[in-house]
Amino acid sequence: MSADSLEVENLHLWRGERHVLRGVGFVLSAGQCLKVTGANGAGKTSLLRTLAGLMYPEDGCVRWRGVDARADLRTFQGSLAYLGHEPPLKADLTARENLHYWIGGRRRVGGAALASALARVGAESFADRLVRTLSAGQRRRVALAGLALCIVPLWLLDEPATNLDAEGQRLVGTLIAEQLARGGLAVAAVHHELPVEPAQVRSLELSL
Amino acid sequence: MNFTWFHRLGSPPYTYALARRLTPWFAWPAALLILAGLWGGLVLAPPDYQQGDGFRIIYVHAPSAWMSLMVYTSMAVAAAVGLIWRIKVAHAAAASCAPIGASFTVAALVTGSLWGQPMWGTYWQWDPRLTSELVLLFLYLGYMGLRAGIEDTQRADRASALLAVVGVVNVPIIHYSVTWWNSLHQAPSVMRLAKPTMAASMLVPLLMMLLGFTSLFAALLLVRLRAEILTRERTSSWIREALSA
Amino acid sequence: MATAGAYTQAAAAVPVSALEAVSLALRRDLTLAFRKPAQLIQPLAFFALVTMLFPLAISPELSQLRAVAPGALWAAALLASLLALEFLFRDDALDGTLEQYALSGQSLTALLCAKTLAHWLLTGLPLACMAPFAALALGAPSAALSGIVASVLLGSITLSLIGSIGAALTLNIKRSSALLSLLTLPLSLPVLIFGARATQVAISGGALIAPVELLAALAVLALTLAPLAAAAAVRISLE
Repeated sequence: MSADSLEVENLHLWRGERHVLRGVGFVLSAGQCLKVTGANGAGKTSLLRTLAGLMYPEDGCVRWRGVDARADLRTFQGSLAYLGHEPPLKADLTARENLHYWIGGRRRVGGAALASALARVGAESFADRLVRTLSAGQRRRVALAGLALCIVPLWLLDEPATNLDAEGQRLVGTLIAEQLARGGLAVAAVHHELPVEPAQVRSLELSL
Repeated sequence: MNFTWFHRLGSPPYTYALARRLTPWFAWPAALLILAGLWGGLVLAPPDYQQGDGFRIIYVHAPSAWMSLMVYTSMAVAAAVGLIWRIKVAHAAAASCAPIGASFTVAALVTGSLWGQPMWGTYWQWDPRLTSELVLLFLYLGYMGLRAGIEDTQRADRASALLAVVGVVNVPIIHYSVTWWNSLHQAPSVMRLAKPTMAASMLVPLLMMLLGFTSLFAALLLVRLRAEILTRERTSSWIREALSA
Repeated sequence: MATAGAYTQAAAAVPVSALEAVSLALRRDLTLAFRKPAQLIQPLAFFALVTMLFPLAISPELSQLRAVAPGALWAAALLASLLALEFLFRDDALDGTLEQYALSGQSLTALLCAKTLAHWLLTGLPLACMAPFAALALGAPSAALSGIVASVLLGSITLSLIGSIGAALTLNIKRSSALLSLLTLPLSLPVLIFGARATQVAISGGALIAPVELLAALAVLALTLAPLAAAAAVRISLE
């Protein structure tokens, strides 16, 4: 667990004709969180998707535990959790069912684990309602419940606290802090401060 | 083996300059071969004893049909190279091939139809080769349609490259099934685009036309490739230098 | 709120096997489909409607219809399955769950195979069950019906698999139904040819084994190659 590290070296990415990532590089070790900031369109989402292996950089390297992530992409992706802009939930399933299918396809999760995760994020009152009836903030909480169940070394979060009230934002901070305390890593694109211990936070600013 | 020439082809400025240098080497032979082939086929070759003068359209029809398939295969190879090794120039080459191949396919269909009129009395017959050509036209149109439908150039390149590879695998299957389908319903008097038995005086102009068309394809490809590279790299600095040179 | 430790202990870090992930994906899609039954009926209604067009356009004489029955049946089946293809990946692409499949650490090929299987169970299989009725309506003798069911069953498997490639390629394109048809139909022509031939042989009472074997061969070929192409296409669309 202590050997976990994410090294990114000289990442270049083009989206169409835009040179979105221009030589991005950083080193993140276990127990550290990288806070990625930048204006809209600066490339925060592109960076996260490139780290997740969804986008292919034109130049540069992403190394996980010292080895090129692309060497065994599937294993690498199995050891990370990616949460994009929209919570990945099916509108016609209940919150509980969504977690069962989403997380259950990655790790064996029992009903008790699901229930306690939903309770953790304050979603137990609407856990059995169809997601299409939930508000944006409630969907975000369900997604966070799924994240809480992902006991994986690397978290990639794209604006995890969107649509959440102040208490919800504290929840995000607590979850990230727990991840770091386990020796995991987190990369989070945010627009505001992360309620996490400053000592563990590294910063990366992306410019347009 | 020294593959540096292959790696250099992957660089757009290099290929752009190379294409400009090579174009006349294909354009002039193409013009000469086609003119010579047309002269040999339309004027010098004697009329076929079965089909009279009508068979002469084979000098345009057969090379067009052959080229339509060869261009599709080239397009699929370029697309596969671009897909596997992520070389942008290969994708540009595949994109440049498509309209040329589609034009050859239309030419083959039109000449085939014109050949059919004096031979069968109708402008269209569901002959296996004509039907396969028609399906090939739809494969080209699908490829170009997919490219046009995706705005992001990289994704359009990669999606259409996959389509081209899937298509090229399917072409033999489709051709086989169309031939089989046609053979089931053959009337005893075979109404097909029968190639007349070829004497040397007929064969030589045909080969010249074939080589000429191949050369023409190469020349057209190089011209389109340069235009394609220019469009894709228009924001790069080397373009300004290349254009002012 | 429960304490932090409870769910971390409850959530075992046991990875899920490929088979479990595939069966989970299958169950998810089937569950989702049955929550929107109206969407399931549409392709089948379309199939019935297109079949009905032929007698209205040609003649009410069953003997005349029998001659065009194979073609009419298969044209209708092809169009109905094209219509249904749009629902294969669209919803998952829009709500981000397809992305999660690609990132799950499981084989995307296997997961897409599961999705295509679910799709076939919901559209191809019902189509094969409706085909004998449509064939009867077009003048086919009842002796031909078992052969017709077998051929549509095998053909619809291939159609779903081939269609999954086109559906994956056109994921991000808005209003892509015409393009999807343009991409899928040329690749589906062998199925049409062999399937209609099998139906023709069934109606005339001949030996069905050869055409059915050809359809089965196509299905096996599609099963081995199409999911790979579809997975590659999905990854390209997610870039």
